[in-house]
Amino acid sequence: MRTYLVRRGLETAASILIVAFLLFALVDLMPGDPIDLMLQADPRLTSADVARLKALHGLDRPLLERFGAWLSGALRGEFGFSRLYGLPVADILVPRLGATLLLVGTSFLFALALATVLGTSAALRPHGLVDRLVNLLALFAVSVPSFWLALLAILLFSVELGWLPAGGEPAPGAGFGEWARRLALPVGVLTIGSVGPLLRFVRSGLLEALREPCIRTARAKGAGTLRVAWGHALPQALPSLVTVVALQTGGLLSGALVVETVFAWPGMGRLVYESIMGNDYNLALVAVLAGAAATLLSNLAADLLHARLDPRVQLG
Amino acid sequence: MLGSTRVSSSGDPRPRAAGRTGDPLTRSAGLVLLCLSLATVVGPPLGAAFGLDGERIDLASRLAPPGAGHPLGTDELGRDFLVRLLQAGRISLLVGIAGALLTALIGAVLGLLAAFARGPIDALVMRTADIVLALPLLPLLVVLAAVDPTRLGLPAELAASPFLDVARIVVLVAVFGWPLTARLVRAGTLSLLAAEHVRAARALGASPLRVAFRHVLPALGAPIVVATTLAIGQVVLGESVLSFLGLGVRPPTPSWGNMLSNAQELLWQAPRLALWPGFLILLTVTACNLLGDGLAETADPRARRP
Repeated sequence: MRTYLVRRGLETAASILIVAFLLFALVDLMPGDPIDLMLQADPRLTSADVARLKALHGLDRPLLERFGAWLSGALRGEFGFSRLYGLPVADILVPRLGATLLLVGTSFLFALALATVLGTSAALRPHGLVDRLVNLLALFAVSVPSFWLALLAILLFSVELGWLPAGGEPAPGAGFGEWARRLALPVGVLTIGSVGPLLRFVRSGLLEALREPCIRTARAKGAGTLRVAWGHALPQALPSLVTVVALQTGGLLSGALVVETVFAWPGMGRLVYESIMGNDYNLALVAVLAGAAATLLSNLAADLLHARLDPRVQLG
Repeated sequence: MLGSTRVSSSGDPRPRAAGRTGDPLTRSAGLVLLCLSLATVVGPPLGAAFGLDGERIDLASRLAPPGAGHPLGTDELGRDFLVRLLQAGRISLLVGIAGALLTALIGAVLGLLAAFARGPIDALVMRTADIVLALPLLPLLVVLAAVDPTRLGLPAELAASPFLDVARIVVLVAVFGWPLTARLVRAGTLSLLAAEHVRAARALGASPLRVAFRHVLPALGAPIVVATTLAIGQVVLGESVLSFLGLGVRPPTPSWGNMLSNAQELLWQAPRLALWPGFLILLTVTACNLLGDGLAETADPRARRP
């Protein structure tokens, strides 16, 4: 167990490092480094100034050397400054991280609850009416472009009915009701956007578990439908569900980028988009890396949890 | 690509020439895709014959409602909305098909490579596939789409052309889309390499390339076609998001995604501009998913959804 833990941990760390390096190399290919952008703003700068400034900030060094310098700073928690905001990157990221966690976490819990309830009802009677409706919902959820769904939601609930605000963040010190009103549409869209695969996994996982002989035994001993489904079948399907659910983290973060941009929610996704559009590559680099690291770590956690939940899994 | 595929890679990957020709749902999904593609090809010239133009700017008839002159009205620059929708569909479907084909190509090559090479190469390819599958796709696509092509050594003229917009998206979605096909092809190849006829071919001295192209790939045709069909839908979705964000196909070249980006600002005045492109994306992606699932069942009846 311990060697497995160490190996998977090292693997994950190496993956994050590789992703960091690739992102760093990509930033090098972005239109305009900070000095070029300064040059655009100030036509009096001469090429000698540019060369001096690039040397001063180390921009003339080879890629690997610059990455090493960036990495040693990052490991000490210094991620540099944002060009757009003129603040340390970490100061910008922390509140954004909270906003995204709130949005993504709430949507994920809703999607999981919805998938469990609907997936169970579908699996209990395959090819029945409920099953067909659930399959239809899953198909719709994986096929609909979430930004369009967001526009439709704004059109219906904000423009036509006027029930909910079209977006934006709550004012500082707002109460629970205001937060709920602001979050309702983004959470709704992100929930639908991420429920599709979950619904299919829960349904097929349960269907498989329900065919086990122990289920027949439980039924024969008089266990009710719900007890069979949630007491006996779901625990069996759970270990493999944990793995596939963790794989959805990346999809959730992708969805968050869209939903946050359309609804002007001040989270990480919108930050990535804004910083790329504003040529603030240092900020974009750290924000994207944080998202990538989060997904890789959640997959690591799911692997370990899988082993804990399923005693048959031998780690080695 | 975004995790909706359910392709069976179970035991026997050989296609079954079953008597079933797919259920009505699969057939109608195929029909919808066919009609959509035909409409995007035939529609614009046909519209031109009736004096409808998706390119000509006519500020006198901005945002005209649907009526006799324009079946679906005009957009914010007075262009005929129906013809423009079809022109956009041409680009979106082209990106979808090209992206899915490139995805299949990269996936098949890497899957074959992993299965034939085994050892460290196999481990490297499959671990990379795992990581790519887990990573958040859209933030990475946004970063990659912002790369300045002139810094990659492309001439500035080419870098600014609409062709590059389209080519770039095709390449980007393939870079992130290959792992599913690669897994599928690797699993199928491994089980085929253990099969008698392939072992016989190898024993007779067939080179790995000959085995791969004569004995393995043809047998994996069905699952690859299924994965590619599903990929078309996912690529159309990915393209629309990127274009919506202004990082994909850029105006004046229309695509369903960038039409929605304009419509967002006019949501209050002309909601129909937002309704149609999104509906066509939904229709295309749903049809691809239905067709892919249906083809999977036809090719391998044991993979039928229980």
